[in-house]
Amino acid sequence: MAFLDRAARSLFLTELVGGLALTFSYMFKPKVTLNYPYEKGPISSRFRGEHVLRRYANGEERCIACKLCEAVCPALAITIEAEPRDDGSRRTTRYDIDMTKCIYCGLCQEACPVDAVVMGPNFEFSTENREELFYNKQKLLANGDRWEAEIAQNLAAEAPYR
Amino acid sequence: MAEFLNGFLLPLIIMVLKILSITVPLLVAVAFMTYAERKIMGAMQLRQGPSIVGPFGLLQPFADGLKLFAKEQILPEGANRVVFYVAPMITFFLALVAWAVIPFDYGLVLSNINVGVLYLFAISSLGVYGIVMAGWASNSRYAFLGALRSAAQMVSYEVSMGLIIISVLLCVGSLNLTEIVKAQETVWFAIPLFPMFIMFFISALAETNRSPFDLPEGESELVAGFMVEYSSAPFALFFLGEYANMILMSAMTSILFLGGWLSPLPFAPFTWIPGVVWFALKIAACLFTFVWVRATMPRYRYDQLMRLGWKVFLPFSLFWVVLTAGVLVTFGWLPK
Repeated sequence: MAFLDRAARSLFLTELVGGLALTFSYMFKPKVTLNYPYEKGPISSRFRGEHVLRRYANGEERCIACKLCEAVCPALAITIEAEPRDDGSRRTTRYDIDMTKCIYCGLCQEACPVDAVVMGPNFEFSTENREELFYNKQKLLANGDRWEAEIAQNLAAEAPYR
Repeated sequence: MAEFLNGFLLPLIIMVLKILSITVPLLVAVAFMTYAERKIMGAMQLRQGPSIVGPFGLLQPFADGLKLFAKEQILPEGANRVVFYVAPMITFFLALVAWAVIPFDYGLVLSNINVGVLYLFAISSLGVYGIVMAGWASNSRYAFLGALRSAAQMVSYEVSMGLIIISVLLCVGSLNLTEIVKAQETVWFAIPLFPMFIMFFISALAETNRSPFDLPEGESELVAGFMVEYSSAPFALFFLGEYANMILMSAMTSILFLGGWLSPLPFAPFTWIPGVVWFALKIAACLFTFVWVRATMPRYRYDQLMRLGWKVFLPFSLFWVVLTAGVLVTFGWLPK
């Protein structure tokens, strides 16, 4: 009887019809699409996006040129040059991140003793040419000013776990 | 001069206008077919499909067309230049030329020839030449394999398709497409010949290289099969030809089995709607099923495809031809 059963099933295409019915019923289910450029998915406060250099509330830059991030960077993406400033404090004269080398591991952020270099929530920083991805200090500080609100919130959310 | 005008130029202009009035709506239908396919497949996979260009993404096919024609044409090294460019033209040309005999309504047909079915069948079997030439001229392994598969596949399914058509012709007694539709005024052939209807539709899927029989271009093993070396306008021609062929096969299905331009119920409110609309609706329903099947079925393995064609469809359609003929003779229903 199993033979007859199988023959009847393949003759009447029951499985094909069942499959078609299933896809047809899916046609009327609500869509799960996210309209990406207009809607965005939630991202974690630990998200490792574009780098920023932060400032203190009084406008002084946080980075003290300890070069820990440069030392820890596994991709050798960070280049720092430093000199004492006129007021005697030690500051960077050059802080470059080669975003084409960066592997977004987040070690620079972990290494920083003053929370100066932080990876922000921004992931939409594609450029039209390669040169624009060689970030300098000016660009990183500008990023910091732009994303400070979100970054401060993320750091506060992560503070209990650090 | 007046003789030249009335005897040659005027009929020529009228003919060209008639041809344009078929091909232009057809090409627009092809454009929106690609849109409908993406929308339906999207809906079945819980996606949205194109939604940015124009209202509901309706202008997407035209954006795609522009993009395709703006791209660079690449002629592969070692390709046969002439055949390489002729192949997509043949595919496109054959997909359009078959529409000459399709009756859109009673008397609304470009050329009402008495061998309409034969003509359609001949044109659709010629379609394989475009593909084989493309695969051979590309001088590429993927393209060549795709073309080989396509040739074998189309030949195998044409055999059973011919037998299916014969069982319809037995009930009509004419090869004229208009006569075939008129013979269905009492009952559509989809009902008495239901298994043939299903088999014809499946063969049409195989004939147009559509999923689940899309082995000639099977992108997971052959990249794009016979089209792998094509870009820009020649690729667009293949694309247009393929979709025009799908619409043609849907038209054939509706003429042979779904009563062409006839309304589904033969009384007042339905008969007021012009036959062209019914015909278009039937084609649209068939096309929807084309897409629906594509969203549902995985691709056949090649030996399964051959087994289905030769060991299932061929004997079954042959049996059904004998059965139809037997029934018609026994009950004296043979058409005069």
